[in-house]
Amino acid sequence: MSVELDVFVGNTTIMDEEVYQLWLDGYTVNDAVKVRMEGGVMDECEASKDVLLSDTMDQYRTFQMCERLLHSPAKLANQLLFQIPPHRQIMLIERYYAFDDTFVREVLGKKLSKGTKKDLDDISAKTSVTLKSCRRQFDNFKRVFKVVEELKGPLVENIRQHFLLSDKLARDYAAIVFFANNRFETGKRKLQYLSFQDFAFCAGQLISNWTVGAVDNMVEDMDVDLDKEFLQELKELKILITDKDLLDQHKSLVCTALRGKTKVFIEMEGSFKNLSRGLINIAAKLTNTKDVRDFFIDLVEKFIEPCRSDRWSAADMKLYLTHYTNSAHILDTFKHQVVWDRYMGVVKSCIFKMYHD
Amino acid sequence: MPGKLKAKIVAGRHLPVMDRASDLTDAFVEVKFGNTTFKTDVCPKSLNPQWNSEWFKFEVDDEDLQDEPLQITVLDHDTYSANDAIGKVYIDIDPLLYSEAASVISGWFPIYDTIHGIRGEINVIVKVELFNDLNRFRQSSCGVKFFCTTCIPQCYRATLVHGFVEELVVNEDPEYQWIDRIRTPRASNEARQRLISLMSGELQRKIGLKVLEMGGNAVVGYLQCFDLEGESGLVVRAIGTACTLDKLSSGSAPNTNTHMHPNTAPASNACNSPSKDGKESPLAHGCRSTHNSPVHSVCSSQRLSQNFSVSVPTLIFTGMGSGGSAGKEAGPLRTLLRQQTQTALEQREFPFFTLTSFPPGFLLHVGGVVSARSVKLLDRIHNPDEPETRDAWWEEIRQEIKSHARALGCHAVVGYSESTSICEEVCILSASGTAAILNPRYMREGCLDIGCTDHRFEEPSPPNCGFCHIPYDELNMPFPAQLTYCYHCRRQKVPDVLFTTIDLPSEAAVAGKGCLIQARLCRLKKKAQGEANATAISNLLPFMEYELHTQLMNKLKLRSMNALFGLHIQISVGENMLLGLASATGVYLTALPAPGGIQIAGKTPGDLSSEHISSIQKRINDTIAVNKELYQINPPELAEEGVGSPIPEPRHRSRLFRSHSESSDELSELDLSHGKKDAFVLEIDDTDAVEDIHSLLIDAPPPTGFYSCNTENMPGISNWTSGVQMFTSVRVLRLSNANLTNQGLNKIFTDLCENLLKSFYFKLRSMIPCCLCHLNFTVAVPEEELIQVTVTAVAMTYDKEQTQEKTAEKPVNKGSLEAEEQLQFPLELCADSSSSNIQTASKISGVGESTNMSPRAASVDYGSFADRCSTWLELLRLKAHTIRRGSVKTSRRTQSLAHSVSSLERCSPLQEGRSRSLRSSRSFGGSSVTVVKMTPLSFLPGTRIIKYLGIINMFFIRETTSLREEGGVSGFLHSFIAEVFAMVRAHVAALGGNAVVSYSMKECVFMENPNKNQAQCLINVSGDAVICISETDQESSASTANTGQTGGSETDGAT
Repeated sequence: MSVELDVFVGNTTIMDEEVYQLWLDGYTVNDAVKVRMEGGVMDECEASKDVLLSDTMDQYRTFQMCERLLHSPAKLANQLLFQIPPHRQIMLIERYYAFDDTFVREVLGKKLSKGTKKDLDDISAKTSVTLKSCRRQFDNFKRVFKVVEELKGPLVENIRQHFLLSDKLARDYAAIVFFANNRFETGKRKLQYLSFQDFAFCAGQLISNWTVGAVDNMVEDMDVDLDKEFLQELKELKILITDKDLLDQHKSLVCTALRGKTKVFIEMEGSFKNLSRGLINIAAKLTNTKDVRDFFIDLVEKFIEPCRSDRWSAADMKLYLTHYTNSAHILDTFKHQVVWDRYMGVVKSCIFKMYHD
Repeated sequence: MPGKLKAKIVAGRHLPVMDRASDLTDAFVEVKFGNTTFKTDVCPKSLNPQWNSEWFKFEVDDEDLQDEPLQITVLDHDTYSANDAIGKVYIDIDPLLYSEAASVISGWFPIYDTIHGIRGEINVIVKVELFNDLNRFRQSSCGVKFFCTTCIPQCYRATLVHGFVEELVVNEDPEYQWIDRIRTPRASNEARQRLISLMSGELQRKIGLKVLEMGGNAVVGYLQCFDLEGESGLVVRAIGTACTLDKLSSGSAPNTNTHMHPNTAPASNACNSPSKDGKESPLAHGCRSTHNSPVHSVCSSQRLSQNFSVSVPTLIFTGMGSGGSAGKEAGPLRTLLRQQTQTALEQREFPFFTLTSFPPGFLLHVGGVVSARSVKLLDRIHNPDEPETRDAWWEEIRQEIKSHARALGCHAVVGYSESTSICEEVCILSASGTAAILNPRYMREGCLDIGCTDHRFEEPSPPNCGFCHIPYDELNMPFPAQLTYCYHCRRQKVPDVLFTTIDLPSEAAVAGKGCLIQARLCRLKKKAQGEANATAISNLLPFMEYELHTQLMNKLKLRSMNALFGLHIQISVGENMLLGLASATGVYLTALPAPGGIQIAGKTPGDLSSEHISSIQKRINDTIAVNKELYQINPPELAEEGVGSPIPEPRHRSRLFRSHSESSDELSELDLSHGKKDAFVLEIDDTDAVEDIHSLLIDAPPPTGFYSCNTENMPGISNWTSGVQMFTSVRVLRLSNANLTNQGLNKIFTDLCENLLKSFYFKLRSMIPCCLCHLNFTVAVPEEELIQVTVTAVAMTYDKEQTQEKTAEKPVNKGSLEAEEQLQFPLELCADSSSSNIQTASKISGVGESTNMSPRAASVDYGSFADRCSTWLELLRLKAHTIRRGSVKTSRRTQSLAHSVSSLERCSPLQEGRSRSLRSSRSFGGSSVTVVKMTPLSFLPGTRIIKYLGIINMFFIRETTSLREEGGVSGFLHSFIAEVFAMVRAHVAALGGNAVVSYSMKECVFMENPNKNQAQCLINVSGDAVICISETDQESSASTANTGQTGGSETDGAT
């Protein structure tokens, strides 16, 4: 005796959020039943294991049927097959496009290609996110990437409109797309201490200040590619380290401002030239795609690590960078104020974000 | 040329990719009606084409308008090879043919393909211009409204109920034609869908003609069915009730809304149910049923029915002791009444009504369930234009039903339905209904209003018990039954148990809540062919019915209830077994005597240890006690003594439950005289019997917060909130071990049904407190070792709080002491008067006025009190009674008072805690504007239907040759059912509606061949498309609602 067929279809599609999450997390039906049993649903309605199994299977089937629609969420609202209340639709989409920070950290900056997809089982083993869930997340990244690649207009807004995501999630996806497009290196050991959210913040800064879209908002790829002209102009900043007078002048202005305000003044004074060279060299090299990829690793190696070894506190860091940036304005012979601000504004906030343990 | 049909193709969306190279589609549309076809331009390379076509016009007869669907085919243009079909949409334009319904069909329809399912959507606008001379064409019946709803539709008033209409049409099934061997499955499926659509159109038109002949303008309770007879053909048949309906203005309160609020039925209804005779002789209940199986031979066309007719003696399942109470002559007035009604009805061939609930006053008395079955051998339908054979078969059955009703002293059958079960060449035809006496006023020409006129010269019989009074002559009873005087009015006789196929009348007085009661049965049979097979089946039928009834009766007793409503017995035939499933809603009618318990007895004392028996007895008694609490059954009679509650000592008990509330000793003695025939002594004579008893006890009560019923109204619950979830569930079980016994099968089948219910409770737990209404189980044996159960029902949330608030404001709540006081007083009077009734039966008619009046009034009061009684109070009383049982009568009152006080403290906190937990999660069914609600009921809680847009009757076939890829059989059926729902919703939305009421899935035939990776499924659904508005909206903005539908109601201007 065996159950050959077992279905339950409601006029309003019944979806249990807990089961949905288990499905998204890539649990098999049997594992999901186990988890649910442990969760104590059975006591709620005098249910037996069979009831739970039947319910889980029904829901899994429903989710599988919905999955196609979730790939283009706008369809979910005007499809006729499932009658799903709007607030549930929002939940379905939001959860479907949600991702594990541990997983995304692994693929951040990698090319969203078949090659990477093949490595997903390694990532799955490493992050203990199930392979099925890894694939879903990876495919989501890829799908979003593919759609927004060809669209004009602001990146975050495009993602939000096409995938009906919340602002927060849309921003995260923008970061992922941005990183994937520019292939920023994030996997090196020195960068391991940074979380996805650190990078997402930096991506937000870069997108809103360094891309073509930051100046002109109707260009294709405007938010995905860095502004080439701006990168060229960054070379001009070299004068701050190549001109000895300017460098000394800059240093003395900064030191005057900092004196007495920090415990690590001596260290700051001592490493000023090195740090300044580091930052400006990063800026000058950004015309090379290879160096763009190493942007974050360079920030860490050239700036964050030296400061950390001198035991600067976060407040010291802030103080230093503020004065470092502002003092440049007082230099009479330094004419590239606009580029300087555009560069330092982003670098400053990125370093603030990245300066932690 | 009485009509012009216009169609416009606007756009498509979400089309499938038909050209792999470009990932796009070059779509165009063919619009076909009758033999005329139009085409749109090709919209190249788009998955969301905008055609914006011209208006395609078809000039057609209205006969065709009724029969034919508009057929829209979406294709992919291909320059070099044949165009590929994407899918089709069939639009039934019937709703456009009557003026009051929809005026335009416009909206997005799913494009459906029988192989691939839904493939995108298409936006279509359809209009019909009817010319005025259509009356000359009597072949058409445009303008007759059809309703699936089995009550008078909301926003209408029945001025006249004409009666039964039926029709059937037959044809060859395209699936079995020779051409099927060479055409594709898609072509074959589409031919079938189209044929069935045509046949239903034709059927509806023919029924409409009959209605017009009778002078009616509508069919209510329209029930259409398909018989897929395989080789021998395809039968589409329908029955319904012809009526003349008047549209109510939206301002006036529709009388039909009473069924949504049974407890608040206006008091004025009381005078609407006049019976011409104050003292009709009461009585009757039970079921009659017969089996007739004239068998046809396949090979010879000659009918052999005479030789083969297997007539089973009529079985009567009442099981109660013989009726021996003293009777009285029927008054002359009553005879007159009966004659009048009879003449009105006798003019009709079949005085049948497919309605299950009626306007107040329509139903005077209910006799009991009548049913008939007949086993037939199918032979090929030779001439589709002359379906005489099938007609004759049904004619036979209907005659039998009619004669059963006669035998019960009734002139009409209500809640009538017909069904078939087919396996290979054997077909069981079944019909069942409830014998009843109706108020003749509804049948007479020219009598208009339900409301008021006649009762000047009639003494109204109490509305809340009148229908229970027996319609037959108690001296000449059609079956043994035990009669008592009605516990409400004390004047008429009532049976001890009442079975019906109708819904609980809204005015009926009940105690506690109702519940779903099912009897399930499997019987193995040998595989056989032809006549031998038919004979074997017809031999089994009576035994199955008997056992089903016994099960029902036992389960009813186990729940301490005394009446069944909505009884539906399905017997399904398979190659090697018969399945029987009886479903009904049990309820405690306060007009009927309290049910006795169940007593277990060993056949021979030495057989089984008495210990064993007493342990079973104890379990049964415990179950009864638990059920009483669960369903809050605390009828007023209980106050008298611990009647009906299980009593450990069998001897005592039989005596006690016989005595009911009559406190006088003489009366108990009197009743005891025929107590020996007590049907509720279960004898344990072998292991089978033990199994039976165990299976009785298996039925798990629904979990806390759930109730269930299979009727329109849930007895005892009326304060619905807005949460509604309609669902369909299908489960198929494969029996693997070949050597199954009847017992084993029964267990499997019972578990299957019980597990389904458990699944529902679990899935719908977020809706608690909630009630599963209209639980409709259908069983089938699709293959030798498969059992299929299909369930459609609706879960509705209700407000637990409100009940309590409602009770709180009633005068009842003066405190428990006073309540007890009130309890005792009238009952003692009642008891006295009833005993005097019995002893001096001859005097009753005269004496009754004075002695009966006061106690009756009091007891009626009390009855309504009981209805509203708050739960803790009921619980308290129950406890008090339990304790009190066995105490000496004289000290009864004081004792009970003391107990009630003490138990008050104990009980109330418990109850509060419980209600709090139930209230916790009540948020479900948040809706948006585009939502189309569906329900098998005739109403949606919290809303009022302002317009009926027409009947939805759709038939779909889905087939796959890639079963595994579609997720196996479950995946296949899951998506198909979802698709059917989607198509129903789309059609309703296109008609401008926002809900489907009286929805039902008539057919769900599933066939699979896993080895070939194939499966096929046929589904037929129907319902009424409606526009409903929320009641709160209506109150707050009544004026806007009125102006919004000026077209519909003429009297708007006046209000």
